[in-house]
Amino acid sequence: MELDALDQELMYSGHTGCPGCGATIAMRFLLKALGDKTVVVMPASCWSVIAGPYPQCAVKVPLIHSAFETGGAVASGVRAALDLKGDKETTVVTWAGDGGTFDIGFQALSGAVERNEDFIYVCYDNEAYMNTGIQRSSSTPYGAWTTTTPGTDWKKLRKKNIVEALVAHRIPYAATANIAFPEDLVRKAQKAKSIKGSRFIHIFASCPTGWRIPSEMSIKIARMAVQTNIFPLYEVEDGVRYTINYKPREYLVREYFKLQGRFRHLTDKDLDEIQEMVNEDWELLLRKADAHA
Amino acid sequence: MKRVLEGSHAVAEAVRLAKAQVISAYPITPQTHIVEILSDYCSTGKMKAKFLRVESEHSALASLIGAQSSGVRTFTATSSQGLALMHELLHWASGARLPIVMAEVNRALGPGWNIWVDQTDSLSQRDTGWIQFYCEDSQEVLDTTLQAYRLAEEVNLPAMVVLDAFFLSHTYEPVDIPDEKDVDRFLPPYAPKFQLDPANPCAFGQLVTPAFYMEMRHDIDRAMGLALTSFIEIEEAYARLFKRRYGVVEAVQCDDADVVFLTSGTVTGTCRLVLKALREKGEKVGILKVKLFRPSPVEQIRAALRSAKKVAVIDRNCSFGAGGIFAQEVRAALCNQPGHPLVYSYIAGIGGRDVTPELLEEIYWKTRNSEVPEKDSIWMGLQEVVHGTRRA
Repeated sequence: MELDALDQELMYSGHTGCPGCGATIAMRFLLKALGDKTVVVMPASCWSVIAGPYPQCAVKVPLIHSAFETGGAVASGVRAALDLKGDKETTVVTWAGDGGTFDIGFQALSGAVERNEDFIYVCYDNEAYMNTGIQRSSSTPYGAWTTTTPGTDWKKLRKKNIVEALVAHRIPYAATANIAFPEDLVRKAQKAKSIKGSRFIHIFASCPTGWRIPSEMSIKIARMAVQTNIFPLYEVEDGVRYTINYKPREYLVREYFKLQGRFRHLTDKDLDEIQEMVNEDWELLLRKADAHA
Repeated sequence: MKRVLEGSHAVAEAVRLAKAQVISAYPITPQTHIVEILSDYCSTGKMKAKFLRVESEHSALASLIGAQSSGVRTFTATSSQGLALMHELLHWASGARLPIVMAEVNRALGPGWNIWVDQTDSLSQRDTGWIQFYCEDSQEVLDTTLQAYRLAEEVNLPAMVVLDAFFLSHTYEPVDIPDEKDVDRFLPPYAPKFQLDPANPCAFGQLVTPAFYMEMRHDIDRAMGLALTSFIEIEEAYARLFKRRYGVVEAVQCDDADVVFLTSGTVTGTCRLVLKALREKGEKVGILKVKLFRPSPVEQIRAALRSAKKVAVIDRNCSFGAGGIFAQEVRAALCNQPGHPLVYSYIAGIGGRDVTPELLEEIYWKTRNSEVPEKDSIWMGLQEVVHGTRRA
């Protein structure tokens, strides 16, 4: 990692995130990577609160809060205006949660990237509507408890593969990243910054409150999501060239699941089935990477 | 220079002259002629503007919220379902104090599908904090669009220029197109009072606690009040340059009138004919055309109706369960005035049905010959509908 990127601090310590919040760690590293010539577009999410109430703000870059489903559209407008003013230097980045990306904001996101609007869209993914009190989203994984998938009605549907949905738009750059791999995250954000057109970064960001984990386990559990192949680190260029950034599998999925209260109800049989699903998705990703190797 | 233009083209010419910089729109009949022309102007370089071809009306307004917050002049146009889809962001635009200008072509809402004129789409957005102008002809559409930019930017509120579907949007009329240099004198380049700027980082639209929110909302209401007086001054400035003035309301022969028609939009034109015919018969009748709907021109309405005995409000809209919307506004304006005229409420021309001179005359006689208004709005020209009949 470049030292100057590490040194630059564009987020204040007085934010209002929960202890161990993955979304705050993700923002801190993203801003380090992008620098101060950045405008952040922020649809409704935990970060609408984390950024702090008027008249305070936890980031040192211009920030526009926006309605839940408008991340793709507001960024398109900001970019258009900056272009008209001759400002080619400033990076426009949308910062949205999984609800604002996978669900309510998907139309505006799809529209914007189909137009190949020149901005970076970052989804920090904590796998449910956490700000409103842990409701399921289409990013919530198979097996998870949430307040709207309670008891035996735990989610029995797979998580939407958002990166593949974006890749299908043939955008110049799509990547996954994880708060437990900051060098990789910073490299990907800087790479995204150097590319023109629509770029998408999907950051896995643990949520101690919603996942029912101790706050000090936030980073370890995020890392295990990669080490189990549940959340592989990879990049896709121009919708076709796949690169997997981390391959060794160090844990079985049951070891990751056992640490989290949201999966406590799952039986060994459930965990075996989930292991099968993860294996299947991983094989599919390997085939895509091999096909373009 | 005079040219024969559609109402839609009059809007487009005004937006070209206003030098809007980001235009974002989604197609909906009968708004499309406006944005087709603007799209062409952007592509050919006739305008130095970026046209965003977004995937919905919601994104059209969202993208303008982003663009205007970044310090440029913007425009969109929509109609009916499109405006309804924008509803959330209409509130957002005014709350963020962004002087976005929109042309809104009045069209009926579904179901059933109906592309013809009806004011319920725009009037049901009356509480969103947008300035609203209702226009009678293409010249007024062009002039009002230019004035809307200056007013919106002065008070930092968004503005909607409303025109009737087809009767105005698709009807050709001679329109005087002002000289670009004169327009530049009237409407200088946009000077934003705030904008997203990496050199001066600020947060816009963030979380606001009860300790501050109420003052921010009060400020919007105050700006609306200012908009009324500002618009009168802006019309003066416009009239000096271009010799045309409409007024926030226009009172036609109201001074000695016993019965005054209260109209908006293209119905006003038809009503002018009816007025002439009735005056020739010796009837003491007038017209009060309401151009500015928000902010509500309460004083001007009171003044124009001070000597009238009855006012016949023509509403091409309906708030179900409460009747015609202009009638409600007029009642609200008059209720604390001692000896105010009786308010008769008529609903006519819903979903594009013609409002003919005969229908307006019928309304006149109904009003003149009645001693007390009905409790509810009267729906004019209804056909007999038999409910619950079975086939033999």
